[in-house]
Amino acid sequence: MQRIFLTADPRLYQIAVLGVLVAYGVIVLDFGIHWYNALAIAASAMLVQLLGTTLTGSARFDARSPLITALSLTMLLRTDDILLAAAAAAIAIGSKFAVRIRGKHVFNPANVAIVSLMFVSDSVWISTGQWGNAAIGALALACLGFIVLTRARRAETTFSFLIAYAVLLVSRALWLGDPLAIPLHHLQNGALLIFAFFMISDPKTTPNTPAGRISYGAVVAAIAFLIQFTLYQPNGPVIALILAAPLVPVIDFFRRGSSYQWHAPRASDSEASRMHHETIQGDLRCEHSS
Amino acid sequence: MRTFIMTITAIITMGVTTTAQAFCGFYVSRADTSLFNEASQVVLVRDGERTVITMANDFQGATRDFAVVIPVPTFIEREQIHVGEQSLIDHLDAYTAPRLVEYHDPDPCQRYELYSRMSGNRMPRSAVASDMDNEARQLGVTIEASYTVGEYDILILSAQESDGLITWLKQNDYRIPDGAERVVNSYLKQDMRFFVAKVNLEEQAKLGFTNLRPLQVAYESNRFMLPIRLGTVNARGKQELFVYTLTRTGRVETTNYRTVKLPSNSEVPEFVEHEFGDFYRSMFTRQTDRENGRAVFLEYAWDMAWCDPCAADPLSAGQLRKLGVFWVGEQAEASGGSKISPRPQDVFVTRLHVRYDGESFPEDLMFHETGDRQNFQGRYVIRRPWKGQASCDTEQYEASVRERQEREAQTLADLTGWDLEAIRKKIEFLGKPAEKPLPWYRRIWQ
Repeated sequence: MQRIFLTADPRLYQIAVLGVLVAYGVIVLDFGIHWYNALAIAASAMLVQLLGTTLTGSARFDARSPLITALSLTMLLRTDDILLAAAAAAIAIGSKFAVRIRGKHVFNPANVAIVSLMFVSDSVWISTGQWGNAAIGALALACLGFIVLTRARRAETTFSFLIAYAVLLVSRALWLGDPLAIPLHHLQNGALLIFAFFMISDPKTTPNTPAGRISYGAVVAAIAFLIQFTLYQPNGPVIALILAAPLVPVIDFFRRGSSYQWHAPRASDSEASRMHHETIQGDLRCEHSS
Repeated sequence: MRTFIMTITAIITMGVTTTAQAFCGFYVSRADTSLFNEASQVVLVRDGERTVITMANDFQGATRDFAVVIPVPTFIEREQIHVGEQSLIDHLDAYTAPRLVEYHDPDPCQRYELYSRMSGNRMPRSAVASDMDNEARQLGVTIEASYTVGEYDILILSAQESDGLITWLKQNDYRIPDGAERVVNSYLKQDMRFFVAKVNLEEQAKLGFTNLRPLQVAYESNRFMLPIRLGTVNARGKQELFVYTLTRTGRVETTNYRTVKLPSNSEVPEFVEHEFGDFYRSMFTRQTDRENGRAVFLEYAWDMAWCDPCAADPLSAGQLRKLGVFWVGEQAEASGGSKISPRPQDVFVTRLHVRYDGESFPEDLMFHETGDRQNFQGRYVIRRPWKGQASCDTEQYEASVRERQEREAQTLADLTGWDLEAIRKKIEFLGKPAEKPLPWYRRIWQ
């Protein structure tokens, strides 16, 4: 059991962390998530993943990715309509198979589903304020998210996004003469951190090179800032991500790197290789000690 | 004549209320905004970018001292300003107020019988007005427009620098708290104008109004927000604000603060009927503390077409239109007297209650409209035990009621933070508590 856990791919951590966050949202923060919507999202995601893998014959069915998407959707998407909830999951997973450039899907599945449905229906929304601004909560979310990131080893996008967004917010506050409590209030938003750690960080839809990821994170932050503070629309980051997503293939075209693989680390990736080696060693030690 | 009309209204109210109350309990009392000192009330009507804001006037001083300074996102034409009726806001307050309802236990021995009771209308709030000075000074301040609307003299101001604007406002007897420069400057840099108003005493005398009526402004803006920062500059402590939104799609919530549903549908002891105001204030304080003073509370979210139970009638199409609900058709205005509409009015009302200060609410309130049309109301329930003549042994029934009363006491203590023992003392527990049977060993040699 220990062996399976330690050598498992980061998605299992992500599923666990997202599961905890959904439970926290439902039990502590009273998000008003309907259980039947959650079920519809999960079922629809699995079904479309199964259909997609069967029709494209690309890979064998794997429940982990659709489960992550389903949990993200459950956490972020709000609707009272079960059909829209199911449609969101279908769009999310469907987009992975339908919109691909050089074997890589372009849009973050949960992101494309939420934004496209928000544009066509008034019955879908995101409750950005629902996480509150409690500093402790923010810290907890950041730490949990960080675990996911260290396993996924693609932290640059998240940090460049957060740093760029923070710089923009603080600059705005300085320009307006506002107290720093205002940018801090924005940064302590749970929804922003969830976006940064769980949505923009998706290794499958970020550029392949570290430099590409850093610039991508900064671009998303700049667009999000413009949406939020010049158009005065909520959900700036989520909309920014979908607008910036087509840049990823362009960045990859100019700065070629290796596509992210969830499973085995690539031989060319020395850091990942070392990490993998350590994991195996740790695993053996655990076996010996037990 | 006025009395006659009032009586007719009261009768209609009673008739309508009786038919509409069966499901969610019988209306006993409500906790309206008059419970809170110096509570501000704002009605925000919004569809797309079109917005109509109505600001109730809670000014308590002499009319000539009244002056208001409000940041607005666009230039405002004369025709965009209107003076509304306080009674409409009072009606909206009453309609959306947290309510106490009751159920009567049926005769435990026979089939049940139901009673209902009503409560009177609330008194209109009072407000007073003041003088007005319309002089313009050149301190880098541009008076973009100057209007007299109803009893108000209104100016639309813009400025390059906050210092000049603040000096001008102070010279003209607008009360600007010390330390407001920063906030004013921030608004100016965000291209906001200042809407300033004072009372024109002559006009007020001509019009014959003694109370200050609410100011209404219609504008288009992509910002769905309410500026609260100017009010937090002076350290007057926490302030109370009620925001009623009237929208088409669904419930409104804040995007930059947590919107929390107030605990609702709790069963509380019977004596709360006489202390409903205190109960509500204590509960609200306790709930804000639980959220570290950083939450906006949802008190009501409902389709304007109906209510259950009704604390007041839904607003008619004519009343809604007067509040600025521009999409309600003019033909509906003609039939303004209609009460409970058989079909949806296409108006969804949300009542938000926030207690704020500069520390816990550093930023203005930003809103968005959700697609959520689920009804929510702050509703508290009292259950009346059966006190009629019983034709059977009611010991078991009485024990179950006492158990329920104990549960209600604990709920009340949890909601309000009141002392549990003090609550218990106020409850008339039904029947005598069952005496403990003597232990078996004491009965042997008796």
